[in-house]
Amino acid sequence: MAYSEKVLEHYENPRNVGSFDKKERDVGTGMVGAPACGDVMKLQIRVGKDGVIEDARFKTYGCGSAIASSSLVTEWVKGKTLDEAMAIKNSQIAEELALPPVKIHCSILAEDAIRAAIADYKAKSEAKSGAQGHEETAEATACAPPTGVSRTTS
Amino acid sequence: MKLPIYLDYAATTPVDPRVAEKMIPFLTEHFGNPASRSHTFGWTAEEAVENARREIAAMFNCDAKEIVWTSGATESINLALKGAAHFYQSRGKHLITVRTEHKATLDTMRELERQGFEVTYLDVDGDGMLDLEVFKAALRPDTILVSMMYVNNEIGVIQDISTVGEWCRERGIVFHVDAVQAVGKLPMDLATLKIDLMSVSSHKIYGPKGVGALFVRRKPRIRLEAQTHGGGHERGMRSGTLPTHQIVGMGEAFRLARLEMANEVPRLARLRDRLLKGLREIEEVYINGSLEHRVCNSLNMSFNFVEGESLMMAVRDIAVSSGSACTSASLEPSYVLRALGRSDELAHSSIRFSVGRFTTEEEVDYTVTLIKQKVHKLRELSPLWEMYCDKVDFNQVQWATH
Repeated sequence: MAYSEKVLEHYENPRNVGSFDKKERDVGTGMVGAPACGDVMKLQIRVGKDGVIEDARFKTYGCGSAIASSSLVTEWVKGKTLDEAMAIKNSQIAEELALPPVKIHCSILAEDAIRAAIADYKAKSEAKSGAQGHEETAEATACAPPTGVSRTTS
Repeated sequence: MKLPIYLDYAATTPVDPRVAEKMIPFLTEHFGNPASRSHTFGWTAEEAVENARREIAAMFNCDAKEIVWTSGATESINLALKGAAHFYQSRGKHLITVRTEHKATLDTMRELERQGFEVTYLDVDGDGMLDLEVFKAALRPDTILVSMMYVNNEIGVIQDISTVGEWCRERGIVFHVDAVQAVGKLPMDLATLKIDLMSVSSHKIYGPKGVGALFVRRKPRIRLEAQTHGGGHERGMRSGTLPTHQIVGMGEAFRLARLEMANEVPRLARLRDRLLKGLREIEEVYINGSLEHRVCNSLNMSFNFVEGESLMMAVRDIAVSSGSACTSASLEPSYVLRALGRSDELAHSSIRFSVGRFTTEEEVDYTVTLIKQKVHKLRELSPLWEMYCDKVDFNQVQWATH
């Protein structure tokens, strides 16, 4: 199948590849997908005191479209508040990358990854008052179509 | 060296220029209908078709009268399975095949099930090999037909069709072999092998697409119910005007393959082994299918923690195929690799390499270097590789499942 130029561009030059220390309090980690489905995305956000996402990192196991989708969202979430980032829709990702129908699940996964990372960050901040170490959790959905939510512990 | 490099000879092959040259006059000059008995145009075409038929027979040491032209192996398989099942159904309605067969066989079997036949799909072991005891146990008094591949298209493993043929013959069961991937790579002597029906294709062996053949044994005589009617060509088994130029091409392709096989097979094996040796140096790679019982030109490998389609995308200068299902709507990885008991992860991470007549050592070396480099790059991107390096126990991770 032919890839769009934007998918190829992100795939060749992925933005913000890497990892933050997931134990750090200002970091939220979302890991979605499953190896058996052929897609696993790990998205991490670093949130400033003002609630704005300062930085983001990703690692993705999956096809070119999955890699491009996660690379794109690391760019998009930067500088956004958590609420603004939550508003990113998979359809916007699919449109920006000109994903064909068979690859829509990649954009759904990327949207799920944002939500999972934010949920992880929020859970950490709430646990902060108790000053206890927080067990890292993230929401994850099935590869395609998303049918359920389960916990991923790494 | 020219890019891209073609390493997908198991999917199809280029027409050998020597073959194309032979075909051209039969498109323009000798355009007659081989069924025309009343003039020289028809006679010339008929002679060319019969010469080609003798070439196919020479490859398999059988009689030219036992060769039926078809549009390709898919049609050959359809005609063999439906034709034999329909003709012999009064004897029984049980058919046997293997889970790792090509879809042409599996889908035809599904259709026969819909028509009221009962089909047993045999499992293979972790190397892709059929256990002959498993086969024996599946045989029943009402079994009328067994269909099996000689060489698997995805993983290249060779099944013991010789023994299966003996057992079928003893019991009067019709035995069909899908020999598409074996032509020109393994010797096939139909005077000794107890094969009743055999499907072959032209385009896998440097002939044109759109033509194939079905061997139908005459001694003992195997009967088929025709699936295409009109005109009674090919002894009534397959009606339709013969595509002379295609048939001439297939005949020449088979002639060349037969003459060059003795030199070509060891050369292909050397190239494949060179590829294997290079790629094996990468950490966490798995070979899919038996190495011992394997055709000379093919290699199927899984690169753990790297998804197959993204690897193919990374090596766009190399044409290969993947068992990853990322391009298909089902998102199911290769059913062949799953039949071997490979995990979905490893199936998603698999690549099939197949070398051929025009592959060079330089191309193999370039491929090894590029794959090594890109696997490294994609693993740097892979959260699974990161977890592997952190010694995370994958069995303890609760992934979202289907």
